[in-house]
Amino acid sequence: MTITPVTIAFAIMAIFALGGGLGVVANRNLVHAALFLVLSLFGIAGLFVLLEAPFLAAVQVLVYVGAISVLITITIMVTRRIMGITETINRQWPVAAIAAALTLVTLGFVILSQFSGQMPVADVPPDTIARMGAAFASHQGYMLPFEVASVLLLAALIGAIVVARD
Amino acid sequence: MIPLHWYLLVAAGLFVLGLYGVLARRNAVAILMSIELMLNAVNINLVAFWRYLAPEALNGQVFAVFVFAVAAAEAAVGLALIISIYRNRQTVIAEDVNMLKW
Amino acid sequence: MLFMNMSPQMLQLLVWLIPIPPIAAFFIILLFTRGNKLASDLVAVGAILLTWVIAVLVLIAALLMPHLGEEPIQASFLWLPLGEASGFRMGTLVDPLGAVMLFFVPLTASMIFIYSTGYMASGSYWTEVKGEAHGTESHGSDEHGEVAIDSAGRKVTRFDATRWKARFMAFIGLFAGAMLLLSVADNLLMLFIGWEIMGLCSYLLIGFWHNRIYPNQPKRITPVGASIKAFMTTRVGDVFMLLGIAWLYSFTGTLSFRDILYNPEVLNALNTPAFPNIPALYPMSVAEAIGVLLFIGTIGKSAQFPLHTWLPDAMEGPTPVSAMIHAATMVSAGVYLIIRMFPLMTVGWDGHHLTLPMQAMTVIGAFTALFAATIATAQRDIKKVLAYSTISQLGYMVAAVGIGAYVAAAFHLMTHAIFKALLFMGSGSVIHAVEHGEEHAHHHGHHFPVDFDAQDMFNMGGLWKKIPVTAWTFLIGGLALSGFPLVTAGFWSKDEILADAWAHQPIVFWVLAAAAFLTAFYTMRQIGLTFAGQPRTPAAEEATQRDWRMNLPLVVLAVFAIFAGYVGVHEEFPVLGHLLGGNFFHRFVGSTLLVEPEKLPFDWTPVLLSVGIALSGLLVGWLVYIVKPLKAGQSDPLARLLGPIYTLLENKYYFDELYDLIFVRPARWFAEKIVYLLLDRGVIDGFLHFVARTFEWLAFRNKDFDTYIVNGAGDGVAEGIGNLGDSFKYVQSGRVQQYLAVVALGVLMLAGVFAWALFLR
Repeated sequence: MTITPVTIAFAIMAIFALGGGLGVVANRNLVHAALFLVLSLFGIAGLFVLLEAPFLAAVQVLVYVGAISVLITITIMVTRRIMGITETINRQWPVAAIAAALTLVTLGFVILSQFSGQMPVADVPPDTIARMGAAFASHQGYMLPFEVASVLLLAALIGAIVVARD
Repeated sequence: MIPLHWYLLVAAGLFVLGLYGVLARRNAVAILMSIELMLNAVNINLVAFWRYLAPEALNGQVFAVFVFAVAAAEAAVGLALIISIYRNRQTVIAEDVNMLKW
Repeated sequence: MLFMNMSPQMLQLLVWLIPIPPIAAFFIILLFTRGNKLASDLVAVGAILLTWVIAVLVLIAALLMPHLGEEPIQASFLWLPLGEASGFRMGTLVDPLGAVMLFFVPLTASMIFIYSTGYMASGSYWTEVKGEAHGTESHGSDEHGEVAIDSAGRKVTRFDATRWKARFMAFIGLFAGAMLLLSVADNLLMLFIGWEIMGLCSYLLIGFWHNRIYPNQPKRITPVGASIKAFMTTRVGDVFMLLGIAWLYSFTGTLSFRDILYNPEVLNALNTPAFPNIPALYPMSVAEAIGVLLFIGTIGKSAQFPLHTWLPDAMEGPTPVSAMIHAATMVSAGVYLIIRMFPLMTVGWDGHHLTLPMQAMTVIGAFTALFAATIATAQRDIKKVLAYSTISQLGYMVAAVGIGAYVAAAFHLMTHAIFKALLFMGSGSVIHAVEHGEEHAHHHGHHFPVDFDAQDMFNMGGLWKKIPVTAWTFLIGGLALSGFPLVTAGFWSKDEILADAWAHQPIVFWVLAAAAFLTAFYTMRQIGLTFAGQPRTPAAEEATQRDWRMNLPLVVLAVFAIFAGYVGVHEEFPVLGHLLGGNFFHRFVGSTLLVEPEKLPFDWTPVLLSVGIALSGLLVGWLVYIVKPLKAGQSDPLARLLGPIYTLLENKYYFDELYDLIFVRPARWFAEKIVYLLLDRGVIDGFLHFVARTFEWLAFRNKDFDTYIVNGAGDGVAEGIGNLGDSFKYVQSGRVQQYLAVVALGVLMLAGVFAWALFLR
């Protein structure tokens, strides 16, 4: 395998993603965990760029990092209590660990057996984003799911307001 | 070029980490963060498969967009619930919210 | 005369009727008239008199029949069928021998019944008071109803001996009925039935006063003990007799007298060897073996040596019982048996060499006659003398059969029954007189718990003037017993036995002659001690007895004791021989047998010898006891003369003690230790307890099974399911993350399956 700059970029992004994920899961301090989450999300955005989906990378940063992480941080702040040092993980962590390990093994097995060494079959057309935008607005495209997603967001919005109000 | 399975392995690793966090962390907010990790892993998967196996189609990216939307909605509602629970029970530890039991 | 026109069927019916009235009286008294003494007396006496009348009718008819021996009055029916052609029959037979029985048995029985109504009307004895003294036991003689303490510490009081008079009349009714049943029986089975019923009655009657005890006399046997002893001893004989009967039946297929004894073919068939496989016993024929076995039955029933010990102790019964058992009926039955079975006993007899049963009878009979006579000379009790006298006279009869003197034995049987019954009843009269005298004498006195022995002859004396009727009749009986010549029946019958012995077996003659001497001697001794001289005790002084019911039978029997012998006077006897029509008895009874027994020519020698012996015996007795009668407190001159021999005789040669040691004690030990403790309590009860415990254990195990297993299964299932649910509920912990973990694992499993299915194959 030749080490190209793409490879190095991928490595860095992967480390950000996985390291951030590890930090989220393992860190005792919740704010630190939130920040690690942000790091992970940036890493994933980077991966999107490498996958020649710049639009998604931008959406990732905007939505996840910009909105969701902020929400999480706010919630952490609001729900912080002055209490004794609590455990980070609960009693059933061995089960979780086993489940996780098995899942990893299964997935890894499938991936390596089916898609090992798979290379891109074709190039990405240059007008992908334009086409995607047009698809969101056309009847033959994804207009309906788009509208449904909108309704979903509306419902979520209202619901969140209602729940958080009491 | 990077083989597909690298991306898939990264996604798998993220997914597994998220799974471990959901099952093992006590704090409800931490659980939600782990859920986000899982959803992101799914997204990586989707995009990777789109790029390597069917770049001319738009399905992969569109699906990922929708996942974004759902994830956002779910995060909002979930966090609102956590705040509500915090107000009523003074705790955000998932284990302590166990009234639906025998 | 109505019996001239009597049809054979009528005669047979009358014969069947003979035993019935006394047996019916037994049932009637026990069921209906038990509470009424007078009614019971009338029923019993009426029954026996009815029987006597019928018997006399039958007897006269029989005497008038020309060939009774060949064609007797008989009838029978099949009683117990066994298969096609065989079975046990019941029937009656009146042949000449049977007619003789029908003559004296109802006669003596009737007299004894009448006597009993008088005898059992008074008397009392000591009995033990058990528990509280109710006072109900002592209405009767003792007017104070007082209780005394004897030397063994028992509380004793007087008991009224007349309380059970009705029961007594019932029992002697049964007894007489049984004897008559035996007398008219035509086969050995029916005879044996009568025999055994008499055995039972002897037990019941000897032990009649079953609650009588003798305070301060621990060695003396009580009525209960005596009745058991009598029954047991005769039982020994009965076992062998039954063996003989069974053997006879199995050999010949019948038990009928006519079919066996009057039948030459059967008798010849019986002359085969009994034990062909045992060389030492080869000469013994079946007839001899059976004869010996049957004779053993007689040894028991007629109290011959060595089974004689029961008879003296049987004197514990009331005196009429002694008269009945030991004179008229039961012991006579034993002699009747061997006389009846004479043809069987004499199978193989050629007139000179005696067969085995004949030898046995001769030896035992002669020995017993002398043996018992010696004991009788040293007895103090008036009834004991008569008891041993009976044993001795029975020995005469047995010996007579043994030497082949068939007719003589039957003759003596008849005469002995009459005068012995007379003597016993006379002794009873004496005893009652002395008891009454004792009451009078002690009227104002104090009763101590000691029996004044009213039966002890040394307490008597001078009774001749006090009770003359008894005295005279007793004298006649005693002379008959001694064989006083010419005027007593005993002379003729005893003489015939002695004549036959003289002709055939001289040794037997001398033994019997010695016994005759002693008989005469002790008879005189008895009469002298009882009646002669002056009263030796206040009781004898005041003795009195005036009951007609007791005196009448004495007189009647005394008449018969004189005249009954004249039917058997030898034809060649001077003067009387022809006057009395020749020896009717011999002709009559002799015709019972197939071959009429030989008639011996008249021989003076034995006659004169026996007369001389009898008279000398009487003379000696008279000299010792009557010429100078004993005074009060004087001891028996015989004791001084014989010294230690007298003690030996008085104690009956210690045979009772010997038998007690050899037989009675081991038997009691065995009964107690082995049968009772070991077998009954240990084995049988142990087995039963074991079975009970086993079942109890099983029941408890069953209960456990039910409780733990059955209930356990039922409840257990329910409980198990409940527990299962109880443990499963914890799955619902309320913790979301747990649910998620389970979901994750589930999904993982599915994923694994899919992965394997899709990608690995």
